[in-house]
Amino acid sequence: MKDKDIMEFRWHGRGGQGAKTACLLLADVAFTSGKHVQGFPEYGPERMGAPITAYNRISSERCLVHSNIYNPDFVIVIDETLLASVDVTRGLKETGAIIINSEKTPHELRTLLGGYKGKVYTINARKISEETIGKNMPNTPMLAAAVKVSNVVDSDNFIKDMEASFRHKFKTRPHVVEGNMKAIKKSLQEVCAG
Amino acid sequence: MGKKTRLSGNEAIAYAMKQINPDVMGAFPITPSTEIPQYFASYVANGEVDTEFVAVESEHSAMSTCYAAQAAGGRAVTATSSAGMALMWEMLYVTSSARLPVTMALVNRALTGPININNDHSDSMGARDSGWIQLYSETNQEAYDNYIQAIPIGENGKVRLPVMVCQDGFITSHAVENIELLDDEEVKKFVGEYKPENYLLKKENPLAVGPYDISNYYMEHKKQQAEAMKNAKAVILSIAKKFEQLTGRKYGFFESYQMEDAETALVIIGSSAGTAKEAVRRLRQAGKKVGLIKLRVFRPFPAEELAAEMSGVKAVAVMDKAEGFSACGGPLFAEVRSALYDVKNRPFAINYVYGLGGRDICVEHFEMIYDNLFEIAKTGNPGEVYRHIGQREQEGDK
Repeated sequence: MKDKDIMEFRWHGRGGQGAKTACLLLADVAFTSGKHVQGFPEYGPERMGAPITAYNRISSERCLVHSNIYNPDFVIVIDETLLASVDVTRGLKETGAIIINSEKTPHELRTLLGGYKGKVYTINARKISEETIGKNMPNTPMLAAAVKVSNVVDSDNFIKDMEASFRHKFKTRPHVVEGNMKAIKKSLQEVCAG
Repeated sequence: MGKKTRLSGNEAIAYAMKQINPDVMGAFPITPSTEIPQYFASYVANGEVDTEFVAVESEHSAMSTCYAAQAAGGRAVTATSSAGMALMWEMLYVTSSARLPVTMALVNRALTGPININNDHSDSMGARDSGWIQLYSETNQEAYDNYIQAIPIGENGKVRLPVMVCQDGFITSHAVENIELLDDEEVKKFVGEYKPENYLLKKENPLAVGPYDISNYYMEHKKQQAEAMKNAKAVILSIAKKFEQLTGRKYGFFESYQMEDAETALVIIGSSAGTAKEAVRRLRQAGKKVGLIKLRVFRPFPAEELAAEMSGVKAVAVMDKAEGFSACGGPLFAEVRSALYDVKNRPFAINYVYGLGGRDICVEHFEMIYDNLFEIAKTGNPGEVYRHIGQREQEGDK
């Protein structure tokens, strides 16, 4: 496989915030668009609130590599407080981008990123999810932001696929579908570049 | 035919088991194989299979359940990992010596200690002398395909041995990747009905299973068991051929990757073979003649076939994801080097122990290993052949 045919993502979150679920959902939407996918969390002793990492490789041919990802194209930080304790930009390509769940602007956060020179995006996933889903569920907005920034799949197709997937998953709870779809559409618009 | 989807390795195995629709599952949960009985239990609860799910109090009982069910004339499956399989130890031997073709999904995990839940092959390598056939998988697809093939391999009248289908814990068991599934009917037809010659519930032929065996007979039984393992070689290949006709996916004792004109090569098992293939691709682009052999079948060990495949190579690195504490190399190294003994102009063989307890191995590590092999081929000096890679060194270590 040629290097340019592959996109690599690294997710940082805390146990219980849905980083693994977001990672698997990204694999799902990329698969639905005809890609080869890998979605895998890094496992250790699991506990609520502890930092966790998950990864995606998305490519046009099957990717054979089964190691962790050390030089991702995109990093997604679901919990802003991790910036203080985890080196989230480690190995991140400068041609890539980091997306952080925060109410702050990219400019305000850049100073916390150890001199990272690539693009920095922020999105207030907490606010968006509280307004649309009714509680702090940051992973759906973060997934939408990752799709928007990476363009790994087309945004319109992404909306369609997610709706179908939510309708299937929450057959008996249509209001959950509506809230999540609102969260996705709002997030696609509100992700903030800097 | 076939359905393209995406599943984790554990989902793939559970789905294969669902399509096989065995008579009995005896299982006790242990990370990272827990999801297999978990998903399978939901198939049972939803009435999607006819299987009797026996929730036991330990892995020793899980294997005892499978043994008893299979002896009664049923088809039994289980799933486990690491210390779970270690607790089955006695029953592994009892099952293989009673010639009961139970199948097991083994999700490879380091065998304690210090306690660790991540991947290496110390659990299955420890069981290499238990009389079980061992098939290893690089991907979720191979885990699925191997499990379906395991049934007719083990149940073949010339074999009648249990089979463990191994995949790497977390690395493939918990990673979602693309996969192509067979139709239920195709799997049903491929595995057929389990029709043992004799079994406990056959009233025309009352028999005992597992009685004491006196010295006067024991060795004959062991010799028969050894012959069965030898017979398994031809059966594994013929089942692979049938599977290829059905799916187009080719299997053998091992996969040869870029071996035609290779001057240096790796022998490796499991998911890291994919990572090593990427190193081969990069080095081939740079004009280096490198190749790789990914071993699928470790028991029976395809010694002659492997030796023939390596006969033109100058130097080979054997990769062990298990530390055997032999003080002279890992278990795969011992087998491969032994296989090379009869080769004229045999290549230099070195050993790397890697990936213990989930230690990651990357493309760059493999590139370095190939560099070392070329150096050995050039200088004719292999140096210390028993090596470890990927670990931190203390000052003063070699």
